[in-house]
Amino acid sequence: MIAVKESCATFHPDSAQDYVPSALLAELQFSRLKNIVARAFDRVPLFRSRMSDRDLTPDSITSLADISLLPFTTKTDLRDTYPFGLFASPMEEIVRLHASSGTTGKPIVVAYTQQDVDVWTSVMMRSFAACGLHHGDIIQNAYGYGLFTGGLGAHYGAEGLGATVIPISGGNTDRQIMVMKDFGVTAICCTPSYFLHMIERAAEMDIDIRDLPLRVGVFGAEPWTPSMRKRIETLSGIRAIDIYGLSEIIGPGVAIECPEQNGLHIFEDHFYPEIIDPETGAVLPEGEEGELVLTTLSKHAMPMIRYRTRDITALLPGRCPCGRSLRRMRRIGRRSDDMLIIRGVNVFPSQVEAALLDVEGTLPHYQIVLTRMHGLDQMEVLVEVTPETFSDKIGALEELSTKIADALEHVLGLRVQVRLVEPHTIQRSEGKAKRVLDRRLPS
Amino acid sequence: MKIQQLSIFSENKPGHLIAPCRLLAREGINMQAMSLADSQRFGILRIVVSDWQRAKSLLEAEGFVVRVTEVVAIEVPDHPGGLSAVLDLFEGSTINIEYMYAFPFVHAGKAALIFRFDHPDAAIERLRAGGMTVLDADALTNR
Repeated sequence: MIAVKESCATFHPDSAQDYVPSALLAELQFSRLKNIVARAFDRVPLFRSRMSDRDLTPDSITSLADISLLPFTTKTDLRDTYPFGLFASPMEEIVRLHASSGTTGKPIVVAYTQQDVDVWTSVMMRSFAACGLHHGDIIQNAYGYGLFTGGLGAHYGAEGLGATVIPISGGNTDRQIMVMKDFGVTAICCTPSYFLHMIERAAEMDIDIRDLPLRVGVFGAEPWTPSMRKRIETLSGIRAIDIYGLSEIIGPGVAIECPEQNGLHIFEDHFYPEIIDPETGAVLPEGEEGELVLTTLSKHAMPMIRYRTRDITALLPGRCPCGRSLRRMRRIGRRSDDMLIIRGVNVFPSQVEAALLDVEGTLPHYQIVLTRMHGLDQMEVLVEVTPETFSDKIGALEELSTKIADALEHVLGLRVQVRLVEPHTIQRSEGKAKRVLDRRLPS
Repeated sequence: MKIQQLSIFSENKPGHLIAPCRLLAREGINMQAMSLADSQRFGILRIVVSDWQRAKSLLEAEGFVVRVTEVVAIEVPDHPGGLSAVLDLFEGSTINIEYMYAFPFVHAGKAALIFRFDHPDAAIERLRAGGMTVLDADALTNR
């Protein structure tokens, strides 16, 4: 069994699609693109009207390059059509709904047909296989289960692979470490910062992760740096693999690193990538840095045509030594908008503002301070005390703090620290207020 | 008979208490009573001063958040049982003491107690009925 695990570590039958010759892949992409554009045009009013505005019909797409004629889709479109406005399948064909946080407290809803779930499972299987996992592996899935796509996405992929899944979900670090040790876990899925925390906690429990069978970490849902990877790999002795995905496209499993760990292979047979200039929208040549735009080539329930991810990256030229023909993107370092990712949860400064709006007298002076403690992101919201909110009683001020924290938790789905500060402590700026102080060290 | 107390918000950090005190010193405003309440992250400086309106506008002009609260000052003999005699008067009543602080009049053998009651008028009535000396602002100043 061990021998099989080693020898098959980088290949799984489903991974065959990773090696399709580029010319054939382009042919497949073109035929799928035509189908998906026709589907979106026929079934989603927003796409149809946007295409009609540009005098486009599905027949206008005569080559893969014609994709650049099509209008972009943005997160705002998902919000504006909340909850089901971009669905291209009737509800009786939809087998799953997920949701992620939006900018105004309303989530963004995404839908899957059975076929979509199968595609998702397949790209997650290929992701796990690409980082050397196989049946026989014991995968501890510490991504949150629920509306967040991370948990179930990884779960189905791991089961599809034939691996053993431990659906432990997030949190309860001591139990995570106990399970990791007692169950002989060989791979873990979670955010990289949470794993760093596990390493620290394990050390406090006198457990050295290097002594455990754990050998692979599949880390995603937040941007992380090469130096953080180095730290994780040195401290835990595992291989730390970067996985990329987003709910709007499918969830985790849009792109994955191979053991070369030099860029993430995009599952291009399902997700067509372009890099654009975020200002002009013009498509940039290979190798240039810009915003990643993805088109779902096979998604039925909710086709996304040229979805602007806001993630800044570049498509890497040349072929990967691993032999995969799938193009690679550089790991994501930053985003073009102001979205913050706190412990895997999307947070927008505008959400904080919306929450403060609910607590009278707290606006307009606030600031978000981000730090990292024990490997976990900490978010603190500074709120200036005003004549309206100030009380001469300690208890009343503590109550105000709690009230603000409750309002924030309600909107963000995340408990954050609230600190009342003196008036004029928060730096005023000319023009756009600096709402976010990011003190998370590039570790 | 109620006295205007000023409360000033302060972060619980080194150097944060001195700013309002320095301002009052510069302006020649004397603090007749003061107390500092603090939690882990912030504090509230409570003061009774000679000219509260002027102090308030000066502080506010400097950017402090100031709140005016009505408190009640009582003079008691500075010996054991001075405070408990006052508290006895409120046993079984619905009047609540939000907070209080005390300071002695060193030479007179008296102490002043400053109370923040939820119902100050009712409290004054009860104190008077119990024979307590309720101080007004002048009495506090000229003690």
